Amino acid sequence: MKKNLKQKIIIIIGVLVVFLYGAFFGFDAPSLGGDQPLVSKLTQHIHLGLDLQGGVHLILEVKVKEAVNTETDNTVARIEQDLKTGKLGFAQVVKPDPEHHPEMIRIEGVNPAQTGAARSILDSKYSNEYDISGPASDNSFTVTMKPNIEKALDDKTVQNTIEVIRDRVDSLGVSEPIIQQYGLGDNQILVELPGISDIDRVKTIISSTARLEIHAVVGGPYPDEQAALASVGGTLPPDDELVHGSGSMANGSDADSVYVLQRVAIVAGTDFRSADPGTDSNTGQRTVHFTLTNEAGDKFWDYTSQNVGHSMAVVLGGRVKEVANIESAIRDSGEIRGSFSQDEVTILSKMLRTGALPASLNYLEDRTVGASLGADSIKQGVTAAVVGVLVVMVFMLIYYRGSGINADLALFLNLVILLGFMGFSGATLTLPGIAGVILTIGMGVDSNVLIFERIREEMRAGKAPSAAVDQGFAHAWTTIFDTHVTTIVSAAILFLFGSGPVKGFAVTLTFGLAANLFTAVYVSRVIFDAHVNNLKPGEVVSI
Amino acid sequence: MEFFHSVSVDWLGKKWYFLAFSLIFSVSGIISMAVHWAHPQGGFRSPVPLGVDFRGGTQVAVQFTQPPNIEQIRQATAAAGIRDVSIVNYDVASKHEVLISLPEQHLESALDTGRQQIEDALRAKFGDNSFQIVNVAVVGPTVGKQLEKQAVLATLYSLLGMLIYLWFRFQLIYGVAAVVACFHDTLITIGAFALLDSFGVKGLEISLTVIAAILTLVGYSMNDTIVVFDRIRENLRLSRREPLPDLVNRSINQTLSRTVLTSGLTFLTVLSLFIFGGPVLRGFSFALVVGILIGTYSSIAIAAPMLVAWQQWRAGAGNIAVLPAARRSKI
Repeated sequence: MKKNLKQKIIIIIGVLVVFLYGAFFGFDAPSLGGDQPLVSKLTQHIHLGLDLQGGVHLILEVKVKEAVNTETDNTVARIEQDLKTGKLGFAQVVKPDPEHHPEMIRIEGVNPAQTGAARSILDSKYSNEYDISGPASDNSFTVTMKPNIEKALDDKTVQNTIEVIRDRVDSLGVSEPIIQQYGLGDNQILVELPGISDIDRVKTIISSTARLEIHAVVGGPYPDEQAALASVGGTLPPDDELVHGSGSMANGSDADSVYVLQRVAIVAGTDFRSADPGTDSNTGQRTVHFTLTNEAGDKFWDYTSQNVGHSMAVVLGGRVKEVANIESAIRDSGEIRGSFSQDEVTILSKMLRTGALPASLNYLEDRTVGASLGADSIKQGVTAAVVGVLVVMVFMLIYYRGSGINADLALFLNLVILLGFMGFSGATLTLPGIAGVILTIGMGVDSNVLIFERIREEMRAGKAPSAAVDQGFAHAWTTIFDTHVTTIVSAAILFLFGSGPVKGFAVTLTFGLAANLFTAVYVSRVIFDAHVNNLKPGEVVSI
Repeated sequence: MEFFHSVSVDWLGKKWYFLAFSLIFSVSGIISMAVHWAHPQGGFRSPVPLGVDFRGGTQVAVQFTQPPNIEQIRQATAAAGIRDVSIVNYDVASKHEVLISLPEQHLESALDTGRQQIEDALRAKFGDNSFQIVNVAVVGPTVGKQLEKQAVLATLYSLLGMLIYLWFRFQLIYGVAAVVACFHDTLITIGAFALLDSFGVKGLEISLTVIAAILTLVGYSMNDTIVVFDRIRENLRLSRREPLPDLVNRSINQTLSRTVLTSGLTFLTVLSLFIFGGPVLRGFSFALVVGILIGTYSSIAIAAPMLVAWQQWRAGAGNIAVLPAARRSKI
């Protein structure tokens, strides 16, 4: 009997040491001394949630339809090319509703005699990725991107966006940023940046300069949208779009100006290989010197050599930055002379180096927790926890006397194991997580109460100390098991469905209850057994 | 020391008092919720005061260097053309903190403009150095709906999980009685938020963390009920001839010591959280404070009588304890 007990005590001490280690060092090698006080080592491995550290939390929606639009724009150009090469007559290739159905393309007014040939060309080249229907009675074909292809494109767009954002956020110097897909298939991204408080700067860096494009100018500048529409006869043709000038245009005026541009860009986004800040030697203005990829350079050369004398607009973030006259053919490098701010130039260069966002972003939720609120929360949470623990410990001592020490030891071990779990798993501690610790204390003590009350009952019924302890544990075990399982089920559901702070609560509650199953039953039992072994005949358990 | 030496209270005899007590609180909760529904704030209808998680909109916590004057702040925002602003004192007056809220923006692209407007308006009126923005939450309609769905699903799954577990460990009627008791607890706890709001106590709102608290107290109430049921099951096995009401009474009395102690201790720890835990957790700890009290009460006052009532209804007349002793799986 005694030898068994010794083994058990060694196991318990082993557990204590292991989890103490975990709390302070996690899985890393130990490093005592050094310049850091031991307490701060404790907090190193336990990540603090945003609500305790302070920081910025954003939920972004990626407008994947834009990426689809870009892809189908390319397809439109390719279809036109193919039809021309095949010498097939047609009126136009358009997207009837680019805003709501970017995946749909219509080829209109095909020569009735050639619809068969048209269909076979479309089938042979596009049927992998598109569903082709037609010819309809009005000699039109409808080419629609297949749903699974569209979904794959959406997913790729979101993943690319995550990569781009990660790169950009890097420049903010945040330690442990979180950038990941959020929610279930809604094209949402979660960005959490602890320690940052200037949310405007974050947003600028992440999204304000979405895309750099060069478009052909159809008309402009007009003072407002009505005038612009009037110039094209009242309704906007499907392959044109209205774009506003930005406040810092080269002509130096602050007034709004609206341009009518061709929707499909000449070069855009990934066609740019780099962009570097420069200064115009004459005017001293900041300029951006860009280079295009080889492929894009060819495209650009073709376009500019055919359109000398026309204008093209540089569009940045959906606004016209500069309008330039095409004086001669340009191949793959040039200079943009809009009046850019320093920030814009730096961001533009970085953006072009790391890649443009494939689609623009919508903000769905943004929360900022100030660092001082975070620190306050920690202080308040810890105070509440300490008060709670003290109250419980003192009460147990008074009410259960000697066995109260047993309960308090179990409680202490419980907390150590909980901290150890947190250290090993690298879980995040949030403010509700601290509340979870407090709740664990309350519920953990429940197990002890169940056992002790039962032991008292058995002793009152006249059983000997060791038998009373045996019966107490035996009867209480089923109840303890049941209650712990139901609460852990509850916590698991919370973990699945909850947001960050709530997840933290579920985690500490679960760890605490698991630890409690060990301490309340195994550890308390060992301490009781040791106590009972040392009882002189006739003595009763101090309870 | 021992509080409860051989207690023998006739709990089931008092069931009509309990029912009346529960009805009073449930009904007043429901009435408060109806009243709250009838008075939409900022164009938003709900039965209970909702936090920004579910309500959507903008909520900015601002700390001033001087004690803030709510009227002046209101003037500042009105002058900037911001409408439907709600301004309340946040936490204790000595911290000079104010909570400024705007209703939901339906246009997601304009999500952040509210915060910007508030900041500009305050800066214009009070100058840059006299205030600091401590906390911002801006929730758009998409996320608001998602959170709502999450909360509802979590609650439903929890209750379902409990029901199944109890069905498996005991019998169906035990599960049903326990779930009804939990439902009763949830209703009264949520009603308490509306009730206090109608008495003018502002600042207690249902947010996602409060839902977490409610799910916790569902688990807690279930625990409590299980303890009583466990004892009933044990006693049923030992004495099949005792009249059921007597047996249930005895079971409750036997577990009373443990029940009061555990609830008391857990209550004290949660009370500590309520008092010391700060404003961010206040709704959470309030839900737990109320929930623990009600959860303990419901095991004795709702779940146990329901068991007996069901069995008596099934047996016709007669008080024989024929409640089937549930399977006891080996653990």
